Amino acid sequence: MTENQLLKVANLKQYFPIKGGFLGRTVNHVKAVDDVSFTINKGETVSVVGESGCGKSTTGRAILRLDEPTEGKIEFDGQDIVSMNKNEMRKMRSEMQIIFQDPYASLNPRKTVRQTLNEAMEIQDVVPKNERNDRIIELMETVGLQRHQIDRFPHEFSGGQRQRIGIARALSVNPKLIICDEAVSALDVSIQAQVLNLLKKLQREYDLTYMFIAHDLGVVRHISDRIVVMYLGKVVESGDTKAIFENPQHPYTKALLSAIPVPDPKNKSERIFLRGDVPSPIDPPQGCRFHTRCPYATDKCKTEEPLLEEKDSVMTGSHDVACHYAKDIQSGRHKPTYEMTDVRKALDEEGGDNESTGKELEDAKN
Amino acid sequence: MSENILDINDLRTSFFVEGNEIKAVDGVTLQVPEGKTLGIVGESGSGKSISALSILQLIDDPGKIVGGSIDFNGEELTDVKPSRMRNIRGNEISMIFQEPMTSLNPVYTIGQQLRESYKIHEGLGKKEGTKRAIEMLEMVGIPSPDKRIDQYPYELSGGMRQRVMIAMALACKPELLIADEPTTALDVTIQSQILELIKELQEEIGMSVIMITHDLGVIAETCDYVAVMYCGQIVEYADVETLFDNPKHPYTVGLLNSLPRHDMDQDELIPIKGSVPAPDEMPAGCRFAPRCPHASNICSQMPALETQEDGNDVRCWIYTDQWDGEKGVKVYDRESTS
Ligand SMILES: Nc1ncnc2c1ncn2[C@@H]1O[C@H](COP(=O)(O)OP(=O)(O)OP(=O)(O)O)[C@@H](O)[C@H]1O
Ligand SMILES: Nc1ncnc2c1ncn2[C@@H]1O[C@H](COP(=O)(O)OP(=O)(O)O)[C@@H](O)[C@H]1O
Ligand code: SF4
Ligand code: SF4
Ligand SMILES: [Mg+2]
Ligand SMILES: [Mg+2]
Repeated sequence: MTENQLLKVANLKQYFPIKGGFLGRTVNHVKAVDDVSFTINKGETVSVVGESGCGKSTTGRAILRLDEPTEGKIEFDGQDIVSMNKNEMRKMRSEMQIIFQDPYASLNPRKTVRQTLNEAMEIQDVVPKNERNDRIIELMETVGLQRHQIDRFPHEFSGGQRQRIGIARALSVNPKLIICDEAVSALDVSIQAQVLNLLKKLQREYDLTYMFIAHDLGVVRHISDRIVVMYLGKVVESGDTKAIFENPQHPYTKALLSAIPVPDPKNKSERIFLRGDVPSPIDPPQGCRFHTRCPYATDKCKTEEPLLEEKDSVMTGSHDVACHYAKDIQSGRHKPTYEMTDVRKALDEEGGDNESTGKELEDAKN
Repeated sequence: MSENILDINDLRTSFFVEGNEIKAVDGVTLQVPEGKTLGIVGESGSGKSISALSILQLIDDPGKIVGGSIDFNGEELTDVKPSRMRNIRGNEISMIFQEPMTSLNPVYTIGQQLRESYKIHEGLGKKEGTKRAIEMLEMVGIPSPDKRIDQYPYELSGGMRQRVMIAMALACKPELLIADEPTTALDVTIQSQILELIKELQEEIGMSVIMITHDLGVIAETCDYVAVMYCGQIVEYADVETLFDNPKHPYTVGLLNSLPRHDMDQDELIPIKGSVPAPDEMPAGCRFAPRCPHASNICSQMPALETQEDGNDVRCWIYTDQWDGEKGVKVYDRESTS
């Protein structure tokens, strides 16, 4: 463990019970996060990426203890936060803030900017009462809002401006870590660029650490130092941004990167098409969770779970991957079982089609 | 030069709310060459969906098409009879919407909905309809279509629902498919399947496509021509290579400079300053003027969409003789972005 480390997540599990039957007993679990470990150093931006439902937000919520983790360790600045009581945790929250995707839903529509920021400072009691007004104006200027907008309500702002209010609120308590959960996803590109630049500037000025949750890999490449790739509640690959983008090792990471449309008509990438859809996290596949969609899967993959370990022979140093065949795929010794670049062939593979994922999950949430 | 299947000229569609006119579409001029894909790109609220619904004559109160023409295969859609328009919709022009769940009926099975469409448009009976439905589902890559046909929409994943929507939209082999953000709600791995599928089916059927999206990556990957929309207007129309190589309108350039790329390292992004004006604050001149780094005096008047030497269209004073701003202004500087 280095001194530089701000957050350490070890073997985190978050299972949500599914109630059923007339007694409302727990009949099963959604294994939203299943044995996830990673660390974030001070001043770093670490992104967690992966498809919808893979457990990104759940991981973020568990770190803030918005949900009680089922199992695992979370250390923040050397302190074990899973065992903290409510009071200790409340104090801790001023050090860890979260910004959500939909700024409108997370701001109180009946509170002005002044009231919203005042309230945040009051709860955490970080700024003396008589200095709060000055601090609010300072915060507004920091995030690019104008002081004359101080008494306006959220609906009087555009989406990008509302996201700035959300950022100002997060900053108001002087946090060390900000978890940005799809914080720029709902914004149009021109506004998204403004907010991304702002987040980078604030990081430099206030020495902030970010955990960034995003599905847009352009945004992720731009903002991150390191990346954690998740699939169905597990980390499948993690490493430096450059290593992940330029030398991905896991078949899922490769497929994910190849699927992103390139904004350059002269440089169309060769696609890897995956068969089927993401299976249900209620009864995730045995062995490697990716085996139902993986073009390289063998019988071994169906039964033995691969460990997350260092396998990158080109760029060593903090690049881990969970695949039995990472090295052999890289060297060309292990070949795919279907033509990955033909969409028909991929779709024809029954693979991971998971009958009623949608319905079961809806039931689980209710 | 191929024929245009669709030729829209100065289309204007407004909503009349509480005594105000909201000009959702206010100067859309574009062409869709036969067999090609035209992309319409623009930020949310720029009028992409309303343009699409206007083509299909699906604008309801308090909205109204207030001007312009829509020539589809020689027919003027703004004044065909409602009965003829119903015939065009579904038979000749089909649309795929962003959210498949709202356009599939939750209480009918996939098979019932597909059969219904064949019954209405081709008068097929139950048995023939079922056979065609299975063929269609197979065509869009739904595994075991004979079983899927008896399932309800909620029993399918988002990607499968969108493929069913495509099957329905293509059921009658339309000449023009309008896809409004067909993959925005989907994960990228599913998006790539759907986009590839649309491309292959386009070749098989020989149809033309309008691809509406806010994603410049999707545009680059799938389109032959691109129309860039800003505040209800087309500001640039170009073939896809020219648009990315040599964009002319300051807004198009702003979009490209704002885009974080996954395929290259970048320094700072260069955002467009400010934000889209509210409908009641719409500038009288060039709508982009408050955000444009090049705006000059003449920009307080509305520029026209004018065809340039290379055959592409731009709505900006810089490219006219009347330009009164900086001479030889460099709108796009490739070096500074990559
Ligand atoms: N409170 C809950 N009860 C039951 N299941 C839940 C709950 N919260 C999340 N889940 C399930 O846990 C899994 C992970 O959800 P999570 O919100 O972490 O996904 P995500 O990676 O953030 O996805 P997205 O990109 O769509 O935001 C999903 O299958 C989700 O349906
Ligand atoms: N029913 C309606 N009543 C009033 N305004 C509308 C209505 N539908 C759309 N608009 C407005 O028209 C403009 C264009 O909308 P739309 O075409 O949906 O944009 P997009 O480019 O995101 O598809 C927006 O400003 C929107 O608010
Ligand atoms: S372990 Fe097997 S199934 Fe999993 S990613 Fe590697 S090859 Fe594919
Ligand atoms: S007309 Fe003027 S304000 Fe509008 S885009 Fe051109 S230079 Fe900018
Ligand atoms: Mg989430
Ligand atoms: Mg729309």
